[in-house]
Amino acid sequence: MLRKIRIALAVLCFTLITLLFLDFTGTLHAWLGWLAKIQFFPAVLALNLGVVIALTVLTLLFGRVYCSVICPMGVFQDIISWISGRRKKKKARFTYSPAKSWLRYGILAIFIIAIIAGIGSLVALLDPYSAYGRIVQNLFSPLYRWGNNLLAYFAEKAGSYAFYETEVWIRSIPTFIIAAVTLIAVVILAWRNGRTYCNTICPVGTVLGFFSRFSLFKPVIDAEKCKECSLCTRRCKASCIDYKNHDIDYSRCVACMDCIDTCKHGALKYRFVGWGKLVSGKKADNDRSSAPENQSRRNFLTGAGAFIGVTMLSAQEKKIDGGLAEILDKKIPDRQTPIVPPGAISLKNMASHCTGCQLCVSACPNGVLRPSAGLMTLMQPESSYERGYCRPECVKCSEVCPAGAILKITPAEKSAISIGHAVWVKENCIPLTDGVSCGNCARHCPTGAITMVPCSEVCDSGKDAGKGKGHGKGNGNGNGNGNGNGKQKRRHGNAMVPLINEERCIGCGACENLCPARPFSAIYVEGRQVHTSI
Amino acid sequence: MKENDNNTINRREFLRRLGLGTAAASTALLAATGCRDKGRKSVAGRQGQESGEMTYRTNPTTGDRVSLLGFGMMRLPFIGGGNEGDIDQEMVNSMIDYALEHGVNYFDTSPAYCQGKSERATGIALKRHPRDKYFIATKLSNFAPSTWSREASIEMYRNSFKELQVDYIDYMLLHGIGMGGMKEFEQRYIDNGILDFLLEERKAGRIRNLGFSYHGDVEVFDTMLARHDEYKWDFVQIQLNYLDWKYAKQINPRNTNAEYLYGELEKRGIPAVIMEPLLGGRLSNVPDNIAVMLKKREPERSVASWAFRFAGTYPGILTVLSGMTRMEHLQDNLGTYCPLDPLTDEEFALLQQAAAMMMEFGTIPCNDCKYCMPCPYGLDIPAILLHYNKCINEGNIPASRQDPNYRKARRAFLIGYDRSVPKLRQASHCIGCNQCTPHCPQGILIPVEMQKIDQYVEKLKQETL
Repeated sequence: MLRKIRIALAVLCFTLITLLFLDFTGTLHAWLGWLAKIQFFPAVLALNLGVVIALTVLTLLFGRVYCSVICPMGVFQDIISWISGRRKKKKARFTYSPAKSWLRYGILAIFIIAIIAGIGSLVALLDPYSAYGRIVQNLFSPLYRWGNNLLAYFAEKAGSYAFYETEVWIRSIPTFIIAAVTLIAVVILAWRNGRTYCNTICPVGTVLGFFSRFSLFKPVIDAEKCKECSLCTRRCKASCIDYKNHDIDYSRCVACMDCIDTCKHGALKYRFVGWGKLVSGKKADNDRSSAPENQSRRNFLTGAGAFIGVTMLSAQEKKIDGGLAEILDKKIPDRQTPIVPPGAISLKNMASHCTGCQLCVSACPNGVLRPSAGLMTLMQPESSYERGYCRPECVKCSEVCPAGAILKITPAEKSAISIGHAVWVKENCIPLTDGVSCGNCARHCPTGAITMVPCSEVCDSGKDAGKGKGHGKGNGNGNGNGNGNGKQKRRHGNAMVPLINEERCIGCGACENLCPARPFSAIYVEGRQVHTSI
Repeated sequence: MKENDNNTINRREFLRRLGLGTAAASTALLAATGCRDKGRKSVAGRQGQESGEMTYRTNPTTGDRVSLLGFGMMRLPFIGGGNEGDIDQEMVNSMIDYALEHGVNYFDTSPAYCQGKSERATGIALKRHPRDKYFIATKLSNFAPSTWSREASIEMYRNSFKELQVDYIDYMLLHGIGMGGMKEFEQRYIDNGILDFLLEERKAGRIRNLGFSYHGDVEVFDTMLARHDEYKWDFVQIQLNYLDWKYAKQINPRNTNAEYLYGELEKRGIPAVIMEPLLGGRLSNVPDNIAVMLKKREPERSVASWAFRFAGTYPGILTVLSGMTRMEHLQDNLGTYCPLDPLTDEEFALLQQAAAMMMEFGTIPCNDCKYCMPCPYGLDIPAILLHYNKCINEGNIPASRQDPNYRKARRAFLIGYDRSVPKLRQASHCIGCNQCTPHCPQGILIPVEMQKIDQYVEKLKQETL
């Protein structure tokens, strides 16, 4: 019975959290956002004391129920393990193994040091909820979206607006690889030995395991009734039942109740034991040499970000009708300071709170957020504007963040938060390169921070010239503009070019995204270390 | 409305029709090779009741017996149904075969059409039939300044023969004069002596009929007609339909009402070839109340058939061009002109009423001719305008958030927008360089419309309507 309740709740939680990561329409977040906020580690980082205390109390009462029900990574492993157990003669495939305390506490120590030292990437790597989020975002979400796109295709055929197409793209190759490696490692471990990950690596499991030793309710072996048949041990995915000594390692027991139903002699009961009777006499002596490898899954590649094969469309005069000009993909400018979304307060706040769960990245409807590839901030979100810009009406990322890395803001507040400022790159500016009027940046600036002025007033001042260093390359004649060549020679005196009032710029990236210069925009956003208000 | 069905399948297949026609004295002469459907029972399914003979008009100068339905080769199908890649030659062949078999004998193309691929496709398809069974019309489309020189223009002219695989051209047009005013006309045809060259070619018999197609500045039109005695135009191609009959100038002050244009031609006995009889589908995909009004009157006929009957009714019209992309368009049009059932005075009044109603709607007068394309900055201008018009027709342009259908209309507009136009080709990317505007035969101020639509989209997205 207890087991069935556990399974029902676990499946429910797991499904809903997975959907939370898959949903790109922003409809589920309002209903299910709390599921991310009750995850242990994000709650710790968000200083969400209520949740942390509640989860600790829950563990002190009933053991590691959190690991069996709330944690999506734990449930995911149970599912893998269950599938593995459906094979012939594999149902009871586990054995008791002593705790690898040195590994558990070693990793916990590294984890805590990483938090204190602000090495967000390492923290993000170890947190189970975030690891699961990454797997869903990087590996399952594309399938979900393709499925949606198929429905959208049929909806379009049927003239219905029930589904709309969404873009599927790899946001960051390092993060994608980490997610894939994590998935493979976790699947292999769970397939073979159930909850190995939770009881050797997971820092949350270690912390909760510390509390669960003292939990009031526990599964207990009645030595009188026990016939030492070993069935419970062989069914224990946490490998924590030592049937010979009638002992259970409660620091590793995830309160899954599998053993209770297994025992044919009624020797196993989940019951109130109180504080007094501490059973877990752990001898941390013989570490088995066959310990699962220390997850050598952390090899990742950085600096793989180059993409976009580009074909230059030769400048062509319009002689025929129809056809579409080729559009070069935008390339990411070389920003000196990364941009983090409004609500993040500062780069430091982001780095020290974000667990890299990718929930914000999943939720971003504008293609702005993607996991960073920087070593210290690996997997934490950052903004870039090649695919879209941070639209004024959208505050989705701030609504979903469970860890306090992006604090909740309203669209009104957002309109006054400056996350960066625009920089003009004269060499790319279309009125100068193509000799046509433009002003698309000024037209789309939500704060009116851009004014178009004649080039003669700003071009020769040298004030703006140096700023865009390194961004000018590669623009060429990528736009294939017809009239450009002839007029290009003429003096730029009366061409209107943007003048940026940095005090009013909020760094939303509308100018950068909508700038016609490709692949490098003639105006791009440089991030701010600390967000300011205008 | 069959057109609506098409649209749900692919916006780019919005009815592409355009028309042109010439007229002469005798409408009575009917050819033996009519468009009676041999074997196949109904022509267009819904209005196949007309399965008689194609109506023909006679060209007074050459005596050509021209079918009232002319085949415009501007909106040919591409492989895969899009607007890029290669023309679906097989489909073109079968449509041309079908058209010839049903009495259509006028085929109108240009070196500029379909990204420059139309002439060749037309030539390939027609080469498979005896040369005396059809008339070919093509144009000197020397729009680009680099083709204004005598050499370049003559090269373009000679190339048409090569592409079409012919040694004479039945109907040769100066293409789209008037769009750049008198000055551009003189640069394209007078200063380089090209008009004289073409007159010589006519004398030599390599051009059987010489005429011009006209959009825009009426001064050019009037000047050309004033010099009729000198040039002896064999025909003139104008835009005529029940909306432009009295409202062309109101829609855009740069343009001229078709009533005036046709009247001037009729006065001089110059046959008119009609283009845009259907305004690129805008007169088949009309606002719902107008569709209902026309359907009530003639439940069996398509909405488009009204526009074709309007154009065909005038006796001075030689042929009405329809840019047909799909076999259904051809079949529907054959149904209308086999034979023509001229409009009664009462029906004429009904269409004028429909035109007046249409003027209330504020649709943008884009006929999807794609002359503005390719936009150097990658926009898909006609797709944006057509989406906007479609939303107007379907009532999906909410005026405020208080509108009862606001949520539904907003969703339809925004999702439909992303479906119709890829994000990078949407109006927000218009920089206002204005290179497109001079190419638009309808005189639409494209950047202005783009920015208006963009602002509307922003209001919908930000919900600040």
